[in-house]
Amino acid sequence: MISAPAAPTIGLRQKLLFLYLANSDLHSAVVAWSTFDGTSQDRPDMDRPEPPYATAVEAMRDGWRVIQVSPLQAPPAGREFDVDYLKHEIILEKLEEARS
Amino acid sequence: MKPTTTPIAPADPADEAAMRDLPTMRRSLGREHLLTTVQMAEFVSQGFLRFDELAPRELCDQLMAELNAGLYKGYETEGARWDEVWPEPLAAGRIFRLPRVRGIIESLVGPHPRYDHHSPHLRTGPDIGHQRLHQDAEIDPRPSGFDIQVSLFPHDVPPEMGGTLFVPGSHFRRVHESVIGRYHNVVGQVQTVCKAGTIVFWHTDLWHAGRANRTPQKRYMFKLRLNPMVRQLRLWNTDDLCDPAVQQQVRKTLNRAQPWQGQESRLEKMQRVRLWREITGDPTFDLNMYWTRTGNAPQAGYTPVDG
Repeated sequence: MISAPAAPTIGLRQKLLFLYLANSDLHSAVVAWSTFDGTSQDRPDMDRPEPPYATAVEAMRDGWRVIQVSPLQAPPAGREFDVDYLKHEIILEKLEEARS
Repeated sequence: MKPTTTPIAPADPADEAAMRDLPTMRRSLGREHLLTTVQMAEFVSQGFLRFDELAPRELCDQLMAELNAGLYKGYETEGARWDEVWPEPLAAGRIFRLPRVRGIIESLVGPHPRYDHHSPHLRTGPDIGHQRLHQDAEIDPRPSGFDIQVSLFPHDVPPEMGGTLFVPGSHFRRVHESVIGRYHNVVGQVQTVCKAGTIVFWHTDLWHAGRANRTPQKRYMFKLRLNPMVRQLRLWNTDDLCDPAVQQQVRKTLNRAQPWQGQESRLEKMQRVRLWREITGDPTFDLNMYWTRTGNAPQAGYTPVDG
């Protein structure tokens, strides 16, 4: 059975905050970040020199809800020391009224 | 191979012939123009070297005039001998073959590298958004060797004009071109704000992006990619390589973590050690026993030392 959402979401839009952490611990430092704002037509904010939050937990305390955490995975055999994409990606969301 | 563009005046055929006859391994200029060992360590560590106002302003002004006249198209002579591209008096040839510029290029990719492509990147402004972060070309799976890109800024680039952004130390990351566009901000990223004539020499796998030009003026960044045609082994001025003080500085430089690397900074240092071993020819060089420890396999051939 599908239950009703805890709060009405009509008229609300999603804001996403991607945080990349120094470690899998959500208390560890933010080393990269991105924002995607479904509530407005604004371009992503890419001009701030400092992250919006020092840690993922700090963002949670400000009302962001964690919706995905990257899994911990062992590297494939032979690629133990390789580096590629940023690890420890945390996706958080807020639902807010759309802005004109 | 034909030059990219028609020279304004004929180049001296004798000079061109002499340049073509140089054996691939022979240097074209003296060691005083080459990079030092510590500068090479900086390149290995952060993936780029920046030299402010390296090209004289009058040559930059000439290049700007040639760019605005449409003399430089991109991707026209892929695979050419770099020595033959942009014959003098074209400004690009004059700048990139200045001894101080050529010395840096030869230190990284050797004498007479292959021209891969160039591109006069233009942002006409005012634009509202930044370019996505990316690594050039395709995934680079090569276990050894590297191309370089040379970014020449032929006019002053103030902050509002948005020069090229680099992520220091990202050149060992094997990613697929602009798939990293999801990353909007990286702690430690640097934007190139500079005076005319500044040149950045960078490992071609370094993450980078063009920043928005908020002004109504044109903004140029003249990019050149070069492939090495020799083994990249001790190509810089190695006179100081065995100096203990220099060795200490090399270790300090290679051990310096970038703020965005977090838990993976040790893996990054292992990549640096691997490249340093390759370009110095010293398979025993290590930091903190990283490779020495993980490569230790006494069961595969341990021979007890006689007591």
